[in-house]
Amino acid sequence: MKPLLKVSGLNAWYGESHILHGVDMTVGEGEMVTLLGRNGVGKTTTLRSIMGIVRNRKGAIDFSGEDLIKVPLHRVAHRGLGFIPEERGIFSTLSVYENLLLPPAVAKGGMTVDEIFELFPNLHERRNSPGTKLSGGEQQMLAIARILRTGVRMMLLDEPTEGLAPVIVQRIGDVLKTLKERGMTVLLVEQNFRFASKVADRFYLMDHGRMVGEFPVSELSDRMGMLHDVLGV
Amino acid sequence: MIFGIPLQAFLGQLLIGLINGSFYALLSLGLAIIFGLLRVINFAHGAQYMLGAFFAWMLLSYFGIGYWPALIVAPLAVGLVGAVIERTMLRRLYTLDPLYGLLFTFGLALTIEGTFRYLYGASGQPYATPAALAGGTNLGFMFLPVYRGWVIAFSLVVCIGTWLVIEKTKLGSYLRAATENPILVQSFGINVPFLLTLTYALGAALAALAGVLAAPIYQVSPLMGSNIIIVVFAVVVVGGMGSIMGAIITGYLLGVAEGLTKVFYPEASNIVIFVIMAIVLLIRPAGLFGRDV
Amino acid sequence: MTLTLDIDKPREKKPVVAQTIFLAAGLALLVLAPLFFYPVFLMKLLCFALFACAFNLLLGYTGLLSFGHAAFFGGAAYFTAHAVKEWGLPPELGILVGVAGAAFLGAIIGFLAIRRQGIYFAMITLALAQMFYFFCLQAEFTKGEDGIQSVPRGHLFGFIDLSQSANMYYFVLGVFIIGVAIIWRIIHSPFGMILKSIRENETRAVSLGYSVRNYKLAAFVMSAALTGLAGGVKALVFQFATLTDVSWQMSGEVILMTLLGGIGTLIGPLFGAGLVVTLQNYLATSEFPVTIITGLVFMVCVLLFRRGIVGEFYNSRLGRKLGFEHRH
Repeated sequence: MKPLLKVSGLNAWYGESHILHGVDMTVGEGEMVTLLGRNGVGKTTTLRSIMGIVRNRKGAIDFSGEDLIKVPLHRVAHRGLGFIPEERGIFSTLSVYENLLLPPAVAKGGMTVDEIFELFPNLHERRNSPGTKLSGGEQQMLAIARILRTGVRMMLLDEPTEGLAPVIVQRIGDVLKTLKERGMTVLLVEQNFRFASKVADRFYLMDHGRMVGEFPVSELSDRMGMLHDVLGV
Repeated sequence: MIFGIPLQAFLGQLLIGLINGSFYALLSLGLAIIFGLLRVINFAHGAQYMLGAFFAWMLLSYFGIGYWPALIVAPLAVGLVGAVIERTMLRRLYTLDPLYGLLFTFGLALTIEGTFRYLYGASGQPYATPAALAGGTNLGFMFLPVYRGWVIAFSLVVCIGTWLVIEKTKLGSYLRAATENPILVQSFGINVPFLLTLTYALGAALAALAGVLAAPIYQVSPLMGSNIIIVVFAVVVVGGMGSIMGAIITGYLLGVAEGLTKVFYPEASNIVIFVIMAIVLLIRPAGLFGRDV
Repeated sequence: MTLTLDIDKPREKKPVVAQTIFLAAGLALLVLAPLFFYPVFLMKLLCFALFACAFNLLLGYTGLLSFGHAAFFGGAAYFTAHAVKEWGLPPELGILVGVAGAAFLGAIIGFLAIRRQGIYFAMITLALAQMFYFFCLQAEFTKGEDGIQSVPRGHLFGFIDLSQSANMYYFVLGVFIIGVAIIWRIIHSPFGMILKSIRENETRAVSLGYSVRNYKLAAFVMSAALTGLAGGVKALVFQFATLTDVSWQMSGEVILMTLLGGIGTLIGPLFGAGLVVTLQNYLATSEFPVTIITGLVFMVCVLLFRRGIVGEFYNSRLGRKLGFEHRH
């Protein structure tokens, strides 16, 4: 499988703190890869460094043949990369509909608004409410939905199920499965590896700012021991 | 007679109050827009207002270009200058304590005002009312100079138009979103740095537009900016800068309050807005429309 | 963002030797200065140096930018001038009246301004000071555009004739030294430490239980009072008090002095004041547009020179070798 994203030797800093110590990873086209690890090991920083939100970084970030390291933040999406932060980032001064339409279409092949409303009927219902009047689960749907409209080829998803009720988590799992069917490449950060195991193809395990393990989903049950050690679950 | 004052005098002052209010509204609108996105208090706003008036005067005196083209050219020119300043200097200050933005724009205001004072002296230049808007109409209960009516109507249109752009258009949604979370908006592929430049330019242009409107009414003087900016600061403290509509409404309200004070208690008219500010601070510190800090 | 307060940090190496030498040299210079420079010029310098120092107590050490300090400076000048000329008070009491008046004004303006955070604070002080300006413009006792003229210097403590240049100079120098000493004492007291912690991390100071508003107000009033001290003395030095002293341009000037000299350093404002007053003196006779230069200096300082003269020195190789702290 051709790697769509290839990260080599990524180091990143928040101010004086050296968070990432040489991260290496690949994500193949159409794959759904999950990044596992305890709180604070650098999972979110990895996503933000790939996207370019964290600027103080060194290394190589090869996306579809181009090194993203030099690309300014507002041009990264146009290369086909979408980012959904942990906080979801729904804007309170915009309606649901305005939130949905905010990210500009960067390529053809994105879902149409009608398709999105079909996939997320409750967003259609609430389309004129202020964005933050939605429940946590609905906001997560909206955060994912608006990226789907843009036509990006790869999504960086930071802890989509955090703080959500099991029935919503189930729903998000279904959405991710649908995305996979449509050929979307996804790099997922998740603490809930049971959820991740239902959707992911491959796992990376992270500790202290670097990768300490990698395995396909088929080997998940064999690796439970290692997971318990590293994740402290 | 109304409240013991002749109706003519009362309505006359009310009119002046509405006119001043128009300028307060336009200027606090510009300040609020700039502050909302850039988090900078644009002390140079008054100077940009003065520049608008002066450019109109210069266009007329040196090139024979009249009021109507000036209404477009002057704000464009000042907006352009604003864009250059934001791009080259102001944007280096965004990561710093906001007081540096205030101090920088204060220095900018002094530089602009000082330059024009040096070139044209402190006294004002007259600017003739455009022919189409000259004269007045007798409404029966009062005499309304046409230009005064024009100022009020036009500024209302500009204010509401700006509000509509911000609240109802795509560009406006970009602005509102970027005000809340500029980094995320950038990650969507929206050129936020350009948006910042555009916003500052727009704010400066609004100030300049107010300046052109003001030219036929007040003398075009290098001092007109600093005289008005301090009052506008008081207006935004009262109204708060978190709400565009709030800034507009407060501007008109305080202008009218000032006008009415002139009728009943003239000695206090130039400080009444400050007094209102003090009272608002006592009972409702967040401001009338306090949606922000 | 630092999580410890200055009061918690371990004692750091203080540049004691360098400071003592500078202090001694500075004092010697000031004592001998009238032999080389015009006393009135020197006295103006001392007044503004004290003004800037008092202002920096608020900006550099508490983190509050006041855009209306001219109200206290000029206000005190008016109060002192009036007290000495109309009420016939001796100079020391006249100055006390100025200080008290400034402190009172400071309490009112400070109380109102503190009700809003951050940048609104600056705008409120500007607006309220402007209100005071208009009051001074119209009030009886300030004599409007003319100001209060021919203010007698009087006899200090009843017997020292201040109309003598030498006497007046050493009196002003004495007041200056006392004023700066008070500021030094405030900065290095537990109260001063709390102010610094408010500047660095207000939320944390609140969470530690400090009544931040009261501390801010106290700092504001102290700054206003000490500014009043400078203003009152200035009225006696020049023997007049005018609207210029309460104008927003004056408020801007003291900010410039502090910025140029070094926000957050004790002696920075002194250098800033010295530089600005000297420049003004030099340019006063020429056609030079002072406003333009002031504006440009502001812009350049904010963009490239935020530490100020003294701040840059402290941060330089020589400064660090001598033991001065690296700031900002």
